[in-house]
Amino acid sequence: MSIEICAGSFAYHKGKNVLTDVSLYAGPGEVAAILGPNGVGKTTFLKCMLGFLPWDRGMTRIDGTDIRKIKGKALWRKAAYVPQAKNTAFAYNTEDMVLLGRSPYLGDFSVPGKEDREAAMEAMEMAGITHLIGKSCARISGGELQMVLIARALAARPDILVLDEPESGLDFRNQIAVLDLIRRLCSDRKLTAVMNTHYPDHALRISDQALVLMGGGMHLQGRTKAILTREHLRAAFGVEIALQTERIGDREYSSVIPLELLDKNESLFS
Amino acid sequence: MEGKRKFIIWTVIMLILIAVFSLVALCVGQFSIEPARVFKELTGTAAGEKDNVRTVLFNIRLPRIGMALLAGAGMASSGAAFQSLFGNPLATPDTLGVANGASFGAALGILLGGGQMEVQLVALFFGLLSVILVFTVTRGMGGRSPSLLMVILAGMVISSLFSALVSLVKYVADPQDVLPVITFWLLGSFSGITRNAIMLSAPLILAGTVMIFLLRFRLNALSLPEDEARSLGVNLRRVRILVIAAAAMTTAAVVSVCGVIGWVGLLIPHISRMLFGNDNRLVVPASVVSGALFMLLVDTLARTLTASEIPVSILTAVIGAPLFIILLRRTGGLRQ
Repeated sequence: MSIEICAGSFAYHKGKNVLTDVSLYAGPGEVAAILGPNGVGKTTFLKCMLGFLPWDRGMTRIDGTDIRKIKGKALWRKAAYVPQAKNTAFAYNTEDMVLLGRSPYLGDFSVPGKEDREAAMEAMEMAGITHLIGKSCARISGGELQMVLIARALAARPDILVLDEPESGLDFRNQIAVLDLIRRLCSDRKLTAVMNTHYPDHALRISDQALVLMGGGMHLQGRTKAILTREHLRAAFGVEIALQTERIGDREYSSVIPLELLDKNESLFS
Repeated sequence: MEGKRKFIIWTVIMLILIAVFSLVALCVGQFSIEPARVFKELTGTAAGEKDNVRTVLFNIRLPRIGMALLAGAGMASSGAAFQSLFGNPLATPDTLGVANGASFGAALGILLGGGQMEVQLVALFFGLLSVILVFTVTRGMGGRSPSLLMVILAGMVISSLFSALVSLVKYVADPQDVLPVITFWLLGSFSGITRNAIMLSAPLILAGTVMIFLLRFRLNALSLPEDEARSLGVNLRRVRILVIAAAAMTTAAVVSVCGVIGWVGLLIPHISRMLFGNDNRLVVPASVVSGALFMLLVDTLARTLTASEIPVSILTAVIGAPLFIILLRRTGGLRQ
C-alpha cells in the first residue's frame, strides 16, 4: 500500500502555520524519512498525518483514499503507529504489550483469542524478540522496548508503519538493529514505513524518500539521494557539514560530519 | 501460560474461601445459628414454621452478606478500572467525586428525616450528579474533547465542593440525634441492610461490575498515552464514557447503601497487581473475587468483634494497611 500526504497545512494558532502545503509519498516497500531541527514540526507532521491532529488543509491518503473516510478500526489495521519507547504508569509483560496490537480487530467487550495470540507471536518472531517473553516492559532495555513496540505494531498485520523517532535514545548497536529491521520489513514484506529521525545518516542509510522540514513553512521533499545533499542539510540545520560517502563491499555508506554552526541568520534562502 | 494457571488455581481457591466464609458469616452474629440449621434453611429442607432464625437468616444476614460481597467486588473493580483509565496507580473510585456526592445526598436525606429508601435514592442521585457535573464542566472548554487531566481537575473541584456541603449539613445538623447518625453513616456500615434495601443498588452494582469485567482488555489500551491508545483502534471517547459510567454507577450505588467504604478501591487492585502483574485481564477478575472476600471478612468482624458495630472504614484501614505491607514485602512491591 502507499501513503501520501497531499499539501497538508496545520497551525496550532490561527495564522501561524507550523506546516504549509507539505507533501510526501511513500510507495509499497519504501521507507520515507522526515528530518529537520528540533521544534520544526516533525512530530506535529506525524500526528496530522495519522489524524491525531486535524489537517487545516490537505489530507492524508492511503492507496488514494482520504483516511478520514476510513472507519477507525479499519484504518488501524492498515496503518500502525510506533511511538517513542517510554515507560508508562503500568508496565505490561512484553507479550501482553504486543497482544495489544491486536486491538483493532477486537470489539470493546472482547478479549484476544487464539488467532490473536498467534499473530502476536509471529510479530515477536519478526522483530526477533521471542526471548523477551515473560519479561516486564519496565525490566528491559530501551532498545528492547522499542523492538516490543515495533512488534506491537506488526501484530496488527499492517501495510504501513509510522514510527516516531524509533532509534533516538538508543545505543549504536540498537540503532542499527532498529533501522535494519525497518529496512528489512519494507524490502522483504513490501511494507511502507514513514519515520521521524534526528539523524541524516540514518535517513541516508535506509530511506528512499525524504522530507526535510526547514522552519518558516519551508520544506524539501523527494528522493533521498536528491534531497539530503550537503547544501540542503546545511540550510535546514544551520550547520556547516561535510558529506562523506564510502563504498564498502557492494554497499555505499554515507556519513554526515557536522563541522561548525553557521551564523544564526544565514540561510541559503535568505 | 504459567501465570495463567497460577491465576486460575488462585481464583478457584478464593471462590471456595468466599463460599466457606459466607456460610460461617451466616452462622455467627448477635446470636449464633447452628451450621446444620443454616444448611437446611438454605437448601429449603428445613421443617417447621417461620421463626426468628429464618427471619434473621433471610432478611438480615443473607442480604447483608450479599451486599458486602457485591460492594467489595464493585469497589475493587471500579478502582482497578479508574487506575487504568487515568493511567495513575493512585486513582480510586472516588477520583471524580462520586463518593462525596453520594455522601452529601445521604447526609441531606438524613437531615431531612428521610427513611432508608429515601436516603438511598437521594444519595444515588447526588453521586451520579457529581459525575454529570464533571462532564458538564469539562465539556464547555475549548470545543474539543476534554483532556483527561481536565476531567481529573474538574473531579477534584466537584469532589471538594460536595465535601464542603457535607460539612455544612453536619454543621447545621442537631448534634444530639442527627449528627451521630450522619457521622456513623459516613464511616460506612452494612448494618441495617435488609432485603428491600438492596433491591435498588444490587442490580446497579452488578451491572457496573460486569461492564468493567467485559471491558478488561480495553483497560490495558486505555492506560497507554492517548495517541497510542487511539492508534490501537480504540474509540477513546466511547470507552472512557463506558468505564466512567460503569464505575460511577457502582460507586454511587455502594455508597448510597453502605456509606463511604475507603481503601478497598485502592488496596485490592494493587494486591491483585502484586500477585499477577498489570494485565487487566487478570487484575479485574482478581480484584472482583479478592474485593468480595476482603469486604465479607471485614464486615463479619465489624459485627462480631465487639457488642456494638464497628464502622467498616475504620476496619478496612486497620486490617488493610498491615495486609498491604505484608504483601509489599513478600512480593517485592508493585510489579514494574
